[in-house]
Amino acid sequence: MKRTALLTSLAALIAGTAQAEGQLNIYNWGNYTSPEMIEKFEKEFDIAVTITDYDSNDTALAKLKAGGSGFDIVVPSGAYVPIFISEGVLMKSNPNEMENFSNVTPRWVDVEFDPGREYTVPWQWGTVGISVNTSIYGGDIDSAALVFDPPEELKGKINVIPEMIDVMGLAIHYMGGEQCTGDKDVLVKVRDKLVEAKPSWLSMAYGNIDKLANVDIAASVNWNGASMRARLQNEDVKFGYPQTGYSIWMDNAAITADAQNVENARLFLNFIMLPENAAMLSNFARYANGITGSEAFMDADMASAPEINIPENLQGAGYISKSCPPEVQKIYSQIWTELTK
Amino acid sequence: MSPSRTRFALLAPAMVILFFAAAGPLVIVLVYSFLIPGDYGGVVWDFSTDAWFGVVAERDFFTDQLSWADAHLSVFWRSIKLSLMTSVLSLVIGFPTAYFIATRPKGSRDVWMLLIMIPFWTNLLIRTFAIMELIRNEGTINTVLIAMGLVTQPIQMLYTEFSMLVGMTYVYLPLMILPIYASMERLDFSLVEAGYDLYATRWQVLRRVIFPLVKPGVVAGSILVFVPCLGAYVTPRVLGGGKQLMLGNLIELQFGQLRNWPLGAALSLTLLVIVMIALIFYVRAAGNEGNAHG
Repeated sequence: MKRTALLTSLAALIAGTAQAEGQLNIYNWGNYTSPEMIEKFEKEFDIAVTITDYDSNDTALAKLKAGGSGFDIVVPSGAYVPIFISEGVLMKSNPNEMENFSNVTPRWVDVEFDPGREYTVPWQWGTVGISVNTSIYGGDIDSAALVFDPPEELKGKINVIPEMIDVMGLAIHYMGGEQCTGDKDVLVKVRDKLVEAKPSWLSMAYGNIDKLANVDIAASVNWNGASMRARLQNEDVKFGYPQTGYSIWMDNAAITADAQNVENARLFLNFIMLPENAAMLSNFARYANGITGSEAFMDADMASAPEINIPENLQGAGYISKSCPPEVQKIYSQIWTELTK
Repeated sequence: MSPSRTRFALLAPAMVILFFAAAGPLVIVLVYSFLIPGDYGGVVWDFSTDAWFGVVAERDFFTDQLSWADAHLSVFWRSIKLSLMTSVLSLVIGFPTAYFIATRPKGSRDVWMLLIMIPFWTNLLIRTFAIMELIRNEGTINTVLIAMGLVTQPIQMLYTEFSMLVGMTYVYLPLMILPIYASMERLDFSLVEAGYDLYATRWQVLRRVIFPLVKPGVVAGSILVFVPCLGAYVTPRVLGGGKQLMLGNLIELQFGQLRNWPLGAALSLTLLVIVMIALIFYVRAAGNEGNAHG
C-alpha cells in the first residue's frame, strides 16, 4: 500500500516535470521569493521553477564565478551589480527593450550601477535608517545624531547593525562627506566620531526586531523592513530617515552569463515588471519594488507604511548605495576593525 | 606481503584521510597567508608578507605612521584572557562537581553523569540563546530581581565580557567535568582514608592526596576548555554583542566584509600557534609535576 503510494507520487513528480514546457533555475536570497508569484508564473508559461538560496552577495558571486552552476536568474544588490558585470557573470539581456519595462519607476531606470538597465530589472528596494522607540525619546527622529551624538535618554540603549558599508556611509554623510569618499580629513573625523560614540552603544548585532519591540534596545541603525516588523509588535517603534543622508539599496534580477534557459529567464524578467506580480513580491518580502502601479495591488498595511513610503521632504537625503573602490575599502576596513575590536 | 608492507597498507587509508583532512587544508591556509587580497574577496597569486605584517602592525591611513595593530592585539588579549578565565571558572565549578559524582554510590553515578551530558547534547546555538534569554535586560533574572524589589533598574549583563564568560563556562563545563570525573572514578579512596588516619586536615588531604592523583584529569580538562574557547565564535557573537570581538569573529570579518583573505589566513595560523604554545606549556607543566612526585 505504502509502496503504491510512493510510486504514484513519484510518477506524478516525473510527469509533472515532463509536462512543463521548460525549466527555470532561480538563485536568490533565502525567504525572498513569493511562492504565490512563482506558482502564477509556472501556470502562465508552463515552466517548472526551481529556487536555490544564498545568504550573501559574495557567496552568490563565488558560486557563479566557479561556473557550471546551472542557474538562470540571480538577484544581486545594486552595490554588487557592477562587480557581477565586470566579473562576467551576468548576461547583457537588454531588459530595457522588454514589453513591461515601461512600468519601471523612472528613478530606477537610469541607475548608476546599471545605466539604462542593460542587465538588470528591479526586484525589491529599501533603506537603512534609524529605528527609535518614541516612548523613550520624544525628539526629532530623522537624524543620525541619535546614534553618533546620542541624547541622554538613548545612551547605552543603542544598537548598530554590523554592516560596514551602511554604517560608514551614515557616519561619513553625518560628518559632511559623500559615500565612498577617500578624503582623509573627513575619514579621520569619521573614525574619531565612531570611536567616541561606541561607548554609548549597547551592541553591534543583527536580529534586533524582538529587542526593539520589548525595549531591550531603544534605537538602532536598521533596515526599513525590519523596523516595520518591530512596529507591528510595538507601535512606539518609529523609523527615522537621517537628514544628513541615508542609504538606499536595491536588489535586482538578472540573467546569468551561462544561463541554459535564456528565453524562460527573459519571460521571467518581463513577468516581474508587471505591477500585479511585483506587488506579490512586496507583499511577501515586505519591501517596495520599483514598479509603478504596483501600489494598487499591495496589502493595505504596506501601501500606507511610513517605513516604505519616504516622506517627501526627506526623499532627497537618500543616496543609492554603491560599492566603494578597493583602495577606499582598505581604509574603511582599518576604521571598522578599530571600531569593532 | 611482508608484515611491514601489510602494516603500511592497513595504515594507508588513515594516512590519506589525515593528509587530505588535516595537512592539506592547513597547507592551503599557509599558502593563502602569503598572497595578496583580491579586490572583491579571494586572492591574487603574488607573493607577499603583508598579511603577516598586518597581524601585528599597521600603518595609520592619516598620519602614515607605523604602529602596533592594537585593534588586533586587543582582540588577541581578550581571547586569551577570557579563555583563561573560563578555564579557571570551569575548574572551580567542575572539580567539586566531579568529586561529588565520584563519591556517590555506583548505581546513581550514571544518572548524575547523564544530567551533565544532556545539555551537552543540545545545540550550541540554542544553549547560547537560552543564556541570552536569562540575562538580557527584560530577561528572566532581571525581571525577578525587579519584581522582588532588589534592584530598580535592570542590571546590564548582556553584551559584556561577563556574559561571554558565563556563556562559555556554561557551554564548555562538561569538557572539564568529564576528564576529572574519569580520574576521580579510578581514585583509590582508601588513600584518602589513610590521609585522615595520619591526621591530615581536609584541606591537606585535598591538596596532597586527591589533587596530585587526579591532576592528569585536571590538565586534560583545562586543555579541552581552553582550546575551543580561544577559537569560540558563536558565544562571543551572540552574547558579546559584536562590540567585543574574539579571534574567531575577527577571522570571520576578514573573510567576509573586509575581504582580506590572506590576513584571515594569517590570523588563523596565529591562533594555531597560540594553541600550540599553550599545549606545550600545559604538557611541560604536567610532566614536571609528575617527575617531582615520581
